[in-house]
Amino acid sequence: MIEGKAIIFGNNIDTDQILGAHHLVLPTIGEMAGYTFEHHAHFTSGFAKGDILVAGDNFGCGSSREQAAAVLKERGVAAVIARGFARIFFRNAINLGLQLIVCPEASEIAAKDKLTITAEKIRNETTGKEYAREPLPPFVAGILKSGGIIPYLQKNR
Amino acid sequence: MNVIEKILAAHSPETMVHPGQIIEVALDAVMANDATACLAIDIFKNELKTDRVFDPEKVILVMDHYTPSSSIAAADSHNKMRKFALDQGLRYVYDGAGVCHQLMMEHHVLPGQLIVGADSHTCTYGALGALATGMGSTDVAVAWKEGRIWMKVPEAMRITVSGQWPAHVYAKDLILKIIGDLTVKGATYKALCFDGPAVQALRISERMTICNMAIEAGAKFAYVQPDATTEAYMKKAGREGYRVFTDDADARYERTMEYDVSALAPQIAFPHSVDNVRDISTFAGTVIDELFLGACTNGRFADLEIAAAILKGRKIAGNVRFLVTPASKDVYLQALEAGLIRIFMESGAMVSAPGCSACFGGSGGILGKGERLLTTANRNFRGRVGSPDSEIYLASPAVVAASAINGCITDPRGGLR
Repeated sequence: MIEGKAIIFGNNIDTDQILGAHHLVLPTIGEMAGYTFEHHAHFTSGFAKGDILVAGDNFGCGSSREQAAAVLKERGVAAVIARGFARIFFRNAINLGLQLIVCPEASEIAAKDKLTITAEKIRNETTGKEYAREPLPPFVAGILKSGGIIPYLQKNR
Repeated sequence: MNVIEKILAAHSPETMVHPGQIIEVALDAVMANDATACLAIDIFKNELKTDRVFDPEKVILVMDHYTPSSSIAAADSHNKMRKFALDQGLRYVYDGAGVCHQLMMEHHVLPGQLIVGADSHTCTYGALGALATGMGSTDVAVAWKEGRIWMKVPEAMRITVSGQWPAHVYAKDLILKIIGDLTVKGATYKALCFDGPAVQALRISERMTICNMAIEAGAKFAYVQPDATTEAYMKKAGREGYRVFTDDADARYERTMEYDVSALAPQIAFPHSVDNVRDISTFAGTVIDELFLGACTNGRFADLEIAAAILKGRKIAGNVRFLVTPASKDVYLQALEAGLIRIFMESGAMVSAPGCSACFGGSGGILGKGERLLTTANRNFRGRVGSPDSEIYLASPAVVAASAINGCITDPRGGLR
């Protein structure tokens, strides 16, 4: 079970916004993580470790930079709930063991709502509403359950 | 099976595959560049704890996003790549020779191949009838080790294009129009197959422009069926021994779209999303600060030639700066020999070393607060090329060249002062 407060984003959040191009050459993810969503004041001033990002369609579109998913994990993002994810970001996040949750009703969640996520559903503790989450394909869920593609391969090869 | 499924099946242990199926595929090449390779090197060594790539001829490294090294951190990461390449005995390492996708197309890609690259625009190689897609650094590190990767077989969409190309209207205008219609998520996880007489009429360079931008609609693969133009390109490149796949009689496509280019106008994608697309008339007269001609989208000889024909004997406006970056060393030399570099420089443009340049915001051409860029690149995301308070407009090389002369967005079909 995951519990956390919601930080809201809109549609088509691209990976340039998550982490700008000139930070990708920094030597470690730890050093890059300080620049996560650097131009989004509600994140830089409002995010606390364990919070849940909630977005619209096509979260993580654009560049293949895995650093975008890695800095979210590094900062302690508990999960990303979105109406949909872009393909490369989706793979990158799953590979790193970052919880991604597809929820068609994500836009009903408001800033700072307290959320509880279980295997079956999302419960909005602030409003009392519950939302269904779309299941991941079993193979992909297996990677996530192992904690990412590398532990998955170590277990299954 | 359709041609996408057939190429995937041929690289997998399966004889038949279907959309949605997860398969393991063998890769013909794995490319990474200086925005993504260093993270992959760390994962390869520290997490996969392995010391040998599966094939030093098939692991290709390119330094292009931050070349010539644009910061101390960039220089350090380039050195990390050079050392890895040396340790692994990699055969192909490109250091400031051009944009990774241009180099892959000039020197490596064969029709029918399956390639993964740690760069989203890897889908460009569909212009030669190869299946290629972008992945992140962990997937690439796994692919370096194993030479294989898991993939989901995508649904395929067919976009059939007919009509006669009007003067000053190009492949870039068509793909912008298509993305405007599909939206930036309209092809997520799908293969986009482009066909029809107006696509067959295009050179490989222009087919690359179309395939390059398939990712901007979320697509996994782009594909153009190899034909006589493809064959001629491969022959000139001196690469032979490839297999051309075709649709079976029962090939299935999830969706079919049709376009006619005969009445197409030059297109503009306006800030801050690639699907914000309108005819150029909506933006004519918009004042610009910087112009960029280059990138894996439109930095080839054909693109430079189109722009030079407009710029010849003219000067760029006093209110703009204009950066021209050939997509590769070969393109640069060809442009030099054809006299195009002289035309650009005499018009007042800057010509820079081959690479990603002002497409990416990793080296030259960074925008300040409130500035406006008109570019032949593929993305107009907020802050991609510098200040989050800058604006990026996407267009064809012809529009960029005409606009450089007037200092504002200008229709190349007679809008020149």
